[in-house]
Amino acid sequence: MDFSEIRTRLEGLDGRTYWRSLDELSGTPEFQEFLHREFPSQAAEFTDPKGRRDFLRLMGASIALAGATACTRQPAEKIVPYVRQPEELVPGRPLFYATAMPLGGYGMPLLAESHMGRPTKTEGNPEHPASLGATDIYGQAAILDLYDPDRSRTVLDRGDVSTWSTFVTAFRNQLNAQAATQGAGLRILTEQVTSPTLADQIQTLLQAYPGAKWHQWDPVFGVMQTSGSAVPAEQATYRLDQADIVVSLDADFLGFGPAAVRAQKDFAKRRRVDHPGADMNRLYVVEPTLTVTGGKADHRLPLKARDVHAFAAALAGAVGAGSSAGAPGAELPADAAKWISAIATDLQAHRGKSVIIAGDKQPPAVHAIARAMNEALGNAGTTVTYGAPVARTNADGVASLRELVGDMAAGRVEVLLILGGNPVFTAPIDLGFAHQLQKVALRAHLSQTVDETSDLCHWHINEAHFLEAWGDIRSFDGTVTLQQPLIAPLYGGKSALEVIAALNGQGDKSGLDLVRDYWMRGVAGQTADSWNVTVGETFDKTWRQALHDGFIAGTSAFDAAASAPVAPAGAAPTAAPAVAGPVGTSGTTQAPSMTGLEIIFRPDPTILDGRFANNGWLQELPKPLTKITWDAVAYMSAHTAERLGLQSRDLVTLSYRGRQQQMPVWVQPGHVDESVTVHFGYGRPKAGRVGSNVGFNAFTLRHADAPWFDGGLEISKTGTYDISTTQVHHSMEGRHLVRAVTREQYAAHPESVHAMAHTPAPDMTLYPKFEYNGYKWGMAIDTATCTGCSVCIIACQSENNIAIVGKEYVGRGREMHWLRVDTYYAGNIDTPETYHQPVPCMQCENAPCEQVCPVAATTHSAEGLNDMVYNRCVGTRYCSNNCPYKVRRFNFLLYSDYSTPSFDMMRNPDVTVRSRGVMEKCTYCVQRINHVRGDAKTEGRSIRDGEIQTACEQACPSDAIVFGDLNDPNSRVSKLKAQERNYGILEDLNTRPRTTYLAAVRNPNPALEPAATQTSQPARH
Amino acid sequence: MADTSYHVDKRPPVIGPGHTFKTITDKIGSIVLTPHTPMAWFVVTFIGFNLLLVLTVSLVYLLLKGVGIWGTNIPVGWAFPIINFVWWIGIGHAGTLISAILLLFKQDWRTSINRFAEAMTLFAVACAAIFPIIHTGRPWLAAYWLFPYPNTMSLWPNFKSPLIWDVFAVSTYAIVSLLFWYTGLIPDLATFRDKAKHNISKRIYGVLALGWRGSARHWERYEKATLLLAGLSTPLVLSVHTVVSFDFAVAVLPGWHATIFPPYFVAGAVYAGFAMVLTLAIPLRKLYGVEDFITMRHIDNMAKVMLVTGLIVVYGYACEMFYGWYSANQYERFMLINRTTGPYGWSYWMLLLCNFIVPQLMWSRRMRHNLLAVFIVAMFVNVGMWLERFVIVVTSLHRDFLPSSWDMYYPTVWDFSTFFGTIGLFLTLFFLFVRVLPMIAIFEMRMLLPTAATAHGEAGEVGIVEDENGEVR
Repeated sequence: MDFSEIRTRLEGLDGRTYWRSLDELSGTPEFQEFLHREFPSQAAEFTDPKGRRDFLRLMGASIALAGATACTRQPAEKIVPYVRQPEELVPGRPLFYATAMPLGGYGMPLLAESHMGRPTKTEGNPEHPASLGATDIYGQAAILDLYDPDRSRTVLDRGDVSTWSTFVTAFRNQLNAQAATQGAGLRILTEQVTSPTLADQIQTLLQAYPGAKWHQWDPVFGVMQTSGSAVPAEQATYRLDQADIVVSLDADFLGFGPAAVRAQKDFAKRRRVDHPGADMNRLYVVEPTLTVTGGKADHRLPLKARDVHAFAAALAGAVGAGSSAGAPGAELPADAAKWISAIATDLQAHRGKSVIIAGDKQPPAVHAIARAMNEALGNAGTTVTYGAPVARTNADGVASLRELVGDMAAGRVEVLLILGGNPVFTAPIDLGFAHQLQKVALRAHLSQTVDETSDLCHWHINEAHFLEAWGDIRSFDGTVTLQQPLIAPLYGGKSALEVIAALNGQGDKSGLDLVRDYWMRGVAGQTADSWNVTVGETFDKTWRQALHDGFIAGTSAFDAAASAPVAPAGAAPTAAPAVAGPVGTSGTTQAPSMTGLEIIFRPDPTILDGRFANNGWLQELPKPLTKITWDAVAYMSAHTAERLGLQSRDLVTLSYRGRQQQMPVWVQPGHVDESVTVHFGYGRPKAGRVGSNVGFNAFTLRHADAPWFDGGLEISKTGTYDISTTQVHHSMEGRHLVRAVTREQYAAHPESVHAMAHTPAPDMTLYPKFEYNGYKWGMAIDTATCTGCSVCIIACQSENNIAIVGKEYVGRGREMHWLRVDTYYAGNIDTPETYHQPVPCMQCENAPCEQVCPVAATTHSAEGLNDMVYNRCVGTRYCSNNCPYKVRRFNFLLYSDYSTPSFDMMRNPDVTVRSRGVMEKCTYCVQRINHVRGDAKTEGRSIRDGEIQTACEQACPSDAIVFGDLNDPNSRVSKLKAQERNYGILEDLNTRPRTTYLAAVRNPNPALEPAATQTSQPARH
Repeated sequence: MADTSYHVDKRPPVIGPGHTFKTITDKIGSIVLTPHTPMAWFVVTFIGFNLLLVLTVSLVYLLLKGVGIWGTNIPVGWAFPIINFVWWIGIGHAGTLISAILLLFKQDWRTSINRFAEAMTLFAVACAAIFPIIHTGRPWLAAYWLFPYPNTMSLWPNFKSPLIWDVFAVSTYAIVSLLFWYTGLIPDLATFRDKAKHNISKRIYGVLALGWRGSARHWERYEKATLLLAGLSTPLVLSVHTVVSFDFAVAVLPGWHATIFPPYFVAGAVYAGFAMVLTLAIPLRKLYGVEDFITMRHIDNMAKVMLVTGLIVVYGYACEMFYGWYSANQYERFMLINRTTGPYGWSYWMLLLCNFIVPQLMWSRRMRHNLLAVFIVAMFVNVGMWLERFVIVVTSLHRDFLPSSWDMYYPTVWDFSTFFGTIGLFLTLFFLFVRVLPMIAIFEMRMLLPTAATAHGEAGEVGIVEDENGEVR
């Protein structure tokens, strides 16, 4: 690929030219590839060792039916339905319960849908401040983990089947032996913990064994690039709906982390332009690798991760918030000064209405600078609040783990209890965790699968899924969230809470009793932490209300007055001493190198650190921006690739600090030069049938003192590698698929969106006009707020029982997602603008697919839906050929898994599981429409606006997708479609799509982007 | 001016010199009615039968696994199966054209090639008919759901869909072609019945001959039936490929949605058909020593037809290009650019080489009389016409409206095995036909003899039932 040629080509084009990838731009002759691959993937299903489907089928026979048959047992305790009383349990009518998914210790509040006792879908909890009804991809994909056939089914004692009571007896004997030394040889290793009850139980255990220590390790959420400095004592909570100007210092606040859902909700509020001239926020992003947040930026400056500190310092100097001296050795690009002055001016002009966000991958110093700026600009207390951290654990997990490894090496650890996590796989490579672990005399591991860590432990305890166990947890804003189980543990698993309680001698208590007891004491002020909970008439009533709501009201940082502490009074001091190890108690910390090719570590965008490696939905979810599935890659910029003589799909050896790791290269537009981003989480040897040995493991390069970035990387090419993407190399070809305007343009010329393409008159058809007398469904998708986070895809997959096909078949263009998110770039390849476009079925009024189906398996409904009759479909695929939007998906093989019993329980009973040879596609969640229609009919009323939410709409954290009745002029969707920004894609074909889009609006700073370059391409008809 | 005499035909004769009724009957009959089968027959049939076995394996695996064994994907929802279908159907056009249209035009040279060309048609249609059914996701349902049969749910097929038109067009064509071919065989079957030595052969040919005695009344009815069937077949020649082209032309896809398609497809079909007839005739006449019956005049004529239809097809290509440019439609224009310079651009240039450049050799008389040259050109056309369908189907689909859904298509080994398997089916059927049925119409050949010509006025007398000695009664 010749990058200089690409640049020349781009410079030769007028105005805003869209392109999709570098392959396209370079015009690489794929002919070569075709010749090369003419007999490629042949007959692979015979010989491919990863022929997953066959493997699944073979395994299906051996999968124990025992667990499956016992699954529908209801838990003995009473749990409270969210909407309807349990006595309303009617077959075919789901119940919803509030619960929460732990991720990185924080709770993602959920409403779980239960069909006759089987959880089938998770949604966000609309009343919870951390969700407001939306979720992240993990919240949507959680249900698949619950029914994962690879979950561990029993307690294992050195690999042999054992029982829970045997484990408790054996372990308590060990603890008794430890009593003599006050537990000096006892260590507990957890992930990040926010659960008050769990923290309380661990404290109880630590009080009984004062010599014991509690360590934490979470490779994603509890790690900070410390460089020896102390982590921030307080955590920031942002109120993005209050901010006019947002500056991100390497913070992917929209795309990553426990606060991302709320951040998207708030950010989108300020991004919606409901009339020309409406106000909107402005986002500046300074980051090394293009993220979801960077994609939404009005101005994005690619900067090496190590230079962000210097940039932050310079910016702080410019806004008068401290010295402008940054980290030594940093070199800011030449135009940084222009950026700094422009951003500083903008910030100064919006004092108290701006916010600077420091990324969690940046060292504490950057956080301190950001805070100083926020305070100097008067933002603290308005757009950002600082309070005690929600986590009960040390934010510097590396130090904690380092100390544990040091103790293990010194033989001071006799009993180690690992609650969750997979440190053998995820620990920094230089600590030698796996090696030192084996010096511990007795080690036990609680986890949902028998993973790499379980393999090296004497005891493996099968962990209960969060939908199977009681618990409490706090979301990022501090809200105490209750975790209700929806189903009795499928395989008799235990939660971390139950394990610790059993060791505390409370093994006879159920999870419910433990949580309830804690809160009974908590509201009475008898716990170590004091909680400001308003109790109603009785505790029971308060408890029932909290279970119903899913959280304890009044515990959120968002509810409280601006500067109220996030954590309950007294929480931090009690928690802090329990946490072992200040920074750098053992080993030497060495500051990250500021020279050489930079290596940046990032968790994989979909499977994180590998904890979701066995989740097929997340594996096959196209990673936002790149659309890569089933693989981890190393991103680099076009310049860097050019210098190194590399291109996408080259396999390289990354050499860093004497260690080597192979990884395929991906040339990512917008990546900063001389820097490489590698994603860890792939390459797990023992993930399960889906995730084992998939991709390359970047943990083999990650060091304790530079967990997020460092210099000194070397790269050499070793070969090529197949990467399966759902969208291959392409530009928009001037087709105005995503239409983008600037705020000023839209204010001055609202008609410019429509002028970009020609729309035929509605009567240009040979067929008689159809009068829609009842409902007329339609959808509007706002590309101005869509961040491309891809939650909608997983929501759709879960709601509609969509199968996965595996890497090979994704590569062959057989992915089944009904909804996809197209990503287009505009501008130059070094700093492109990024646009996202979710594409479900357009439900065309003049649907080309309907005309050509020989058996009338796809027809138009009286409410305007383009229905798909699976039973009638014979699979000619003519409809797909004739679909200009290519939203139809075909079951080329038997992709639905019929042979794994646990999946039978997972599926949405309202949606057909499609067999081989059948076409399928988005139906606007017709099962939800019909469900609500039935209710409305029974109640003798018409369907209310918003009463039906499609799965994608419900999950969308940006509220970018709106569904409703077009016959109702007051419906939200009708109002959106009435906006000047509304347009349909390929309307010139006269398909008259029901799904339309609202043009993207950007809000550039005139100081950084002269108006001349903002003009769009002229319309082409 | 110099030579206006219509009667003085300086062209080579359509039948070699020195033949009598008896020699014709003996020559053609001996190919079938002999216990000695030439070695070459065994070789070709062995190859064909093995390929047929490959087809069987491919189909069984296909039914067990699903169409995912092929390289088809989204967006390229149709690929090899549809390409092969159109290719075979196109090949199937020559037979009917030769027997029907040339009959109506009284082109007597057609006589010696029409029988095997018709057989070729039937077998090509049989090969073609496999694909529309097996390419569907659920062939066990597609096999009858596309027909308008009465059912309890009052469900009818969607008559707006070109695929339904296809069902009618192809099935009608298959039935009429079969009737035409069989009707034409009856007098010859009677001859075989009478000449066969073996009792079982006698009985089989006897049953198949349907009691043909060669009476004047038989001949009269035969002539009428043939004429009627020819009349029926003639529009079919045009309609079948027209309807097949609708599969594409009715779609919205750039590269498919074009009004030029019907005539362009028909011309392409005749082109492909004549190429295939040449491909079969040149080795056959050598193998069975029937150079006297399939003379250089035939080869020459067929080469000319091939050249002309080829030029019509090339005109179609030019029209497509012109329309694409003149439409000023960005999708059409992109399609042309992609077709010529995109990742499958090679297929378009190969297509032009095979269908345009190489056949121009046929302008030269010397080349038309060089059997090897004609054979090679015919092979180029066979390949070229397959590529034409590849270009139309794959390059149009793989990059259509939304760039985000563009993808590549790579065939798998099963795509190839199914395709070559149908060639095996074709070869097997064809060589079985050559072995057990007269590949050249005996009675029609005899009519070509000067002796027959003189007696032509008295139709009944030419009609010919022989005695044991092969003499005309």
